[in-house]
Amino acid sequence: MSNAPAFRLTDSTLRDGSHAIAHRFTVEQVTAIVSRLDAAGVPVIEVAHGDGLGGSSFNYGFSGTDEMDLVRAAVDARTEARIAILMLPGIGTREDLRRAADLGIDIARIATHCTEADIAEQHVGLAKELGLEAVGFLMLSHMISPEALLEQARKMASYGADCVYVVDSAGAMTIDDARRRVSLLADELDVDVGIHAHNNLSLAVANSMAALEVGAAQIDGCTTGLGAGAGNCPTEILVAAMQRSGIPTGVDPLAIMDAAEEVVRPVRPDQGIIDRDGLLLGYAGVYGSFLLHARRAAERYGVDVKDILLELGERRVVGGQEDMIIDVAVQLERRAADARAGQDLGASA
Amino acid sequence: MTTPCAIVGSGNIGTDLLEKLRRSELLTPVAMVGIDPDSEGLARARAYGVEATHDGIDWLLERAADVELVFEATSARVHRANAPRYEAAGLTAIDLTPARLGPSVVPSVNLRDHLDAPNVNLITCGGQATVPIVHAVARVCEVPYAEIVSTVASLSAGPGTRQNIDEFTQTTSSALVDVGGATHGKAIIVLNPADPPILMRNTVFCALPDGYDEAAVGQSILDVVTEVSRHVPGYRLVSDPTFETDVYGTPGGVVPARVVTLLEVEGAGDYLPTYAGNLDIMTASAVGVGEELVRARQEVPA
Repeated sequence: MSNAPAFRLTDSTLRDGSHAIAHRFTVEQVTAIVSRLDAAGVPVIEVAHGDGLGGSSFNYGFSGTDEMDLVRAAVDARTEARIAILMLPGIGTREDLRRAADLGIDIARIATHCTEADIAEQHVGLAKELGLEAVGFLMLSHMISPEALLEQARKMASYGADCVYVVDSAGAMTIDDARRRVSLLADELDVDVGIHAHNNLSLAVANSMAALEVGAAQIDGCTTGLGAGAGNCPTEILVAAMQRSGIPTGVDPLAIMDAAEEVVRPVRPDQGIIDRDGLLLGYAGVYGSFLLHARRAAERYGVDVKDILLELGERRVVGGQEDMIIDVAVQLERRAADARAGQDLGASA
Repeated sequence: MTTPCAIVGSGNIGTDLLEKLRRSELLTPVAMVGIDPDSEGLARARAYGVEATHDGIDWLLERAADVELVFEATSARVHRANAPRYEAAGLTAIDLTPARLGPSVVPSVNLRDHLDAPNVNLITCGGQATVPIVHAVARVCEVPYAEIVSTVASLSAGPGTRQNIDEFTQTTSSALVDVGGATHGKAIIVLNPADPPILMRNTVFCALPDGYDEAAVGQSILDVVTEVSRHVPGYRLVSDPTFETDVYGTPGGVVPARVVTLLEVEGAGDYLPTYAGNLDIMTASAVGVGEELVRARQEVPA
């Protein structure tokens, strides 16, 4: 039996994990994490603001360190691994992509909401022009049917994407949801299909393994699961589970466990707990990176974070609409004040 | 006597403009130019007794003496080709495309500075919606950094917008600084496919320096919203401006506070559906620009 990896692993700790620490990664952390992941055999490492290049903002949180400095540190620290960035058209621009390319990245992952692939045409095109590998990243893929997702994936492929990802940004997919989407795309597309799973329903590893069975060629993880919302598919657990299933990953299970424990766990020791809010995101199908913003707004306006998340789910907001968290919190606060005023009137009548 | 205007471009935007110009007390649509003989816009123009052609702008330039203002609702590429010819013919161009040849204008903010320009451009829908708010804050205190998020219904974003989305973010960011008066600017656009379609939403964040006057900033924003809504009746605040304090490390330096203005724009439903506030604010602002130009010309007889 061949020992060639059965899929290509991309570790997104330094991009999706950025959400979990309000975009405060330092050059030292990036250097340490890239070195250890690279030494453990992780083939692709993604680095950027959580919302991609250009994400540093009021709306998504300002970066503690300029992301280009982090990208440069990652490129410098790797020996074997390929370095990827993420960008969302509408937030970042081709100019950001050019700057990252100049720093020596290998892969550009271009993300859109799952129904809006056609805003990525310029950016996927530029990535290819710059000699980069291009990935089309269809966020919140649970929101549309496998057939509708295929139509969007075909667009990404037609722009030149070398791989199209099924992205479960809310961690809302059941095993069947993941399997049906990946299976259809893998059957119909000539390019690779990937899966990016979140762990809100505690299914990230299971969904990734199911995706592999039906044709996924690329799988994302984050070490310790460090990522938006309830966190991502934990890289070290995925590797261990694959190994126990006799599936070669190309990654040393013990080395990645050590890396997780020694360099990533200290970044956020409580990572991996799926609390009520994390679970609610998956249950209500809400974009995972809203979590910390919603907690802050809940505190500021004295409203319940649960009510904010449920209302966001109700409104079917998409990734990027973090401003709606303030909108919802302000309205909930006003509603509560009106209700109190009503009670006071009732009491005095 | 009202001012004769031509519309170049007979698609959704041009047709919506036609409806709005027909209502204007100062402007009269007299000609519409398209390229598709079967276009609904041209048919509608003819039904209203407006001369219409699918033969391009040569036809219009032959009649240049009968027209004063041209509204360009084609594409950046077409406008770049047409603009010098309008100018040579003595026609003032109001450009709704992203060509950005003339100065960027927002009727309530800086049009008075560009009354003599042969060509003015309307930035972007997000720019028309958000630059006035940045200006409102910048006229009462320094704005080291302004950021806007425009969210539009997927159905209202055509192929031109989708294939050139960087143009939206870059053009709008520049206008937050050049027209709005912020020191640094950033613009974000999000498309939302919800069904039924959402109204256009805009959120404006302005960084506030130490010692800002909350009452003055809040009042200035309320005044500007009233002003914009004269041209764009569906333009409104979702809630009062919200002041948040924290330590914000913006590109314009660390600030202690920000004011968040949550806006929505409902279209008038002239030709375009009401959810497409992003398109309505462009056509309504274009008519506003045309009316202001005409008023200014009438005030100062040549």
